[in-house]
Amino acid sequence: MRNMNMTFALRDTLRQEMKRDERVFLVGEDLRQGTFRVTVDLHKEFGEERVIDTPISEKAVMGAAIGAATVGLIPVPEIMFADFFTCCFDEIMNQMAKMRYMFGGQCSLPITLRMPCGISRQAAAQHSQSIEAFLTHIPGLKVVYSGTAKYTPGLLVSAIRDPDPVIFLEHKKLYRDSADIGDEDQIEPVPFGKACVRREGKDITLVATGAYVNDCVKIADAMAEQGLDIEVIDPLTLFPLDTDTIYKSVEKTGKLLVVTEENLRGAWSGELVSIVAQDRFSALKKAPIRVGALDTPIAFSPPLEEYIVPREKDIVQAIMALK
Amino acid sequence: MEMNKDTMLDLYRQMWRMRSFEELAATEFKAGKLQGFVHVGVGEEASTVGVICQARLTDYTTATHRGHGVVLLKGAEAKLMYAELGGRATGLCKGRGGSMHMADLEKGILGTNGILGAGAPIAMGVALGIKYKKLDDVVFCYFGDGQSNEGGIHEAMNMAGALKLPIIFVCTNNQYGMWTPLTKASANVDLAKRAEGYGIPGAAVDGNDVLAVWESAGVAIDRARKGEGPSFLELKTYRYYPHSVGLPDPWRPKEEIEEWRTTRDPIDRFGKVLMAQDVKQETLEAIEKETVDEMQEAFNWAMQQPFPDVTQAYQDVYTNLAVEGRTV
Repeated sequence: MRNMNMTFALRDTLRQEMKRDERVFLVGEDLRQGTFRVTVDLHKEFGEERVIDTPISEKAVMGAAIGAATVGLIPVPEIMFADFFTCCFDEIMNQMAKMRYMFGGQCSLPITLRMPCGISRQAAAQHSQSIEAFLTHIPGLKVVYSGTAKYTPGLLVSAIRDPDPVIFLEHKKLYRDSADIGDEDQIEPVPFGKACVRREGKDITLVATGAYVNDCVKIADAMAEQGLDIEVIDPLTLFPLDTDTIYKSVEKTGKLLVVTEENLRGAWSGELVSIVAQDRFSALKKAPIRVGALDTPIAFSPPLEEYIVPREKDIVQAIMALK
Repeated sequence: MEMNKDTMLDLYRQMWRMRSFEELAATEFKAGKLQGFVHVGVGEEASTVGVICQARLTDYTTATHRGHGVVLLKGAEAKLMYAELGGRATGLCKGRGGSMHMADLEKGILGTNGILGAGAPIAMGVALGIKYKKLDDVVFCYFGDGQSNEGGIHEAMNMAGALKLPIIFVCTNNQYGMWTPLTKASANVDLAKRAEGYGIPGAAVDGNDVLAVWESAGVAIDRARKGEGPSFLELKTYRYYPHSVGLPDPWRPKEEIEEWRTTRDPIDRFGKVLMAQDVKQETLEAIEKETVDEMQEAFNWAMQQPFPDVTQAYQDVYTNLAVEGRTV
């Protein structure tokens, strides 16, 4: 085991998979430098044929990945900030996600699209967003969004080895998170569709994603001193989603709180609450609560940004309402 | 240019195969036997044949929404294409794609595309893959004058130029994007000149002269195979049908359509070239009739094919993950 922060753990995972399989390559903007340092210097080891710096052309980045995948390669494209997915949304939604289906199953596209997301360092409205709802909505895509450092590298291994397009969301705040990961070249895949119960509890089920997973564990630990026993679940993959683990927890607690950084209207958290309501209505003792960002863009100024996304007191308030 | 007579006769046949396929598709669409949208390329045969008939089986191509001809002449079977147009289980894509999503990956056909300009970034990626694998195959990237103003075309051409990828950008300039003429869509209607902006060679060619198209495409293919990078071909041509079969066509002057049909038709023109080389008119007529019969037979086969079972609605969304169907 090695203790590493996520920047280096993800970099090491990419290196492992590139060493393992010559078909794996990286493509994106300024990868040699790596905006968040995840890909820094990998070109020195693998050459610029396998760490491809592109023009600033997101459609071309994704087209490169899709086209290369159709001829048997395993591309790992990076979109520098998740917000820029809009510049290649056609490639993601109309081409990559649908190609296998439209063509009658003639191809699989083993593409792992890495995208740093979420708020960090006052990046403002176009560099801070949570886009999971757009992506989980699309048939043909799988969506990974881990808030648990221990499993993040293994999920990236699974994504790269998966035959289908995988969106791999990396919350920018979590690059500084560290964990014990496997030894060099021995990072094991972590299966999709298996949630992580970060904290067991019997009173409230709290499902959180991204950077809120760690925050919610801390809050739950603090609330335990007041006699509240909160179960915190990180789904790890938003699709496929481990409904078994979530349903089992709701059956135990009868109460559901979902905490995500997304603005609430049309959020992924709404999908989760709706399926729980439909499938486990009788287990619920109170109406589920969602805590998310305000339905505004993310503002720049620190006090505004802090006010817009869920704060500790918003989460605590929701917990008290469910108590 | 030098070309032996057998090759020339084969090109003539391929032009007729495309036209016969398209004419029958248009007729049967109007008769209600085919659904969806059908965009046919009648009138554009030289621009298709002169390029794609030089492709090797291992080469790749993307096609546009008006791409039946490219798909057919890159090697897809006509009967499977008609079955696809008819939404049948045995269609090229099991009836899931239709006219605008018609692919045959074993033949290097990466699909017609319902999104204008979207084939270009993908074609560029295929070229990247070829270079990555150190092969000498090439990619043909078709688009029209309308699509030439889509961002993806520019991103793909720029990156292909920067990375010296083995791709031929084939712009079928039929002078109208749906109903809007190119003269209204761009201040520069000499599309081949755009190539210079990406640092790649560009050529404007009479797209209704199959031999001229063949010759310029040959230069571009040769260059791509040698690893010297992409080229851009602007093939000036015309379509006789409206944008999509059955749509009104009020914005193109009747006389203009008539003029292209009667004096500049690519098949007529090539027929005259062949007759000047002592090919008999009966030979040409026989070729025409053979292709009409071939397509009719293919269509008849397709219409006898079953529609897909509804369980096919939820297959192939993922490779290793099941999607549920309805319960009743």
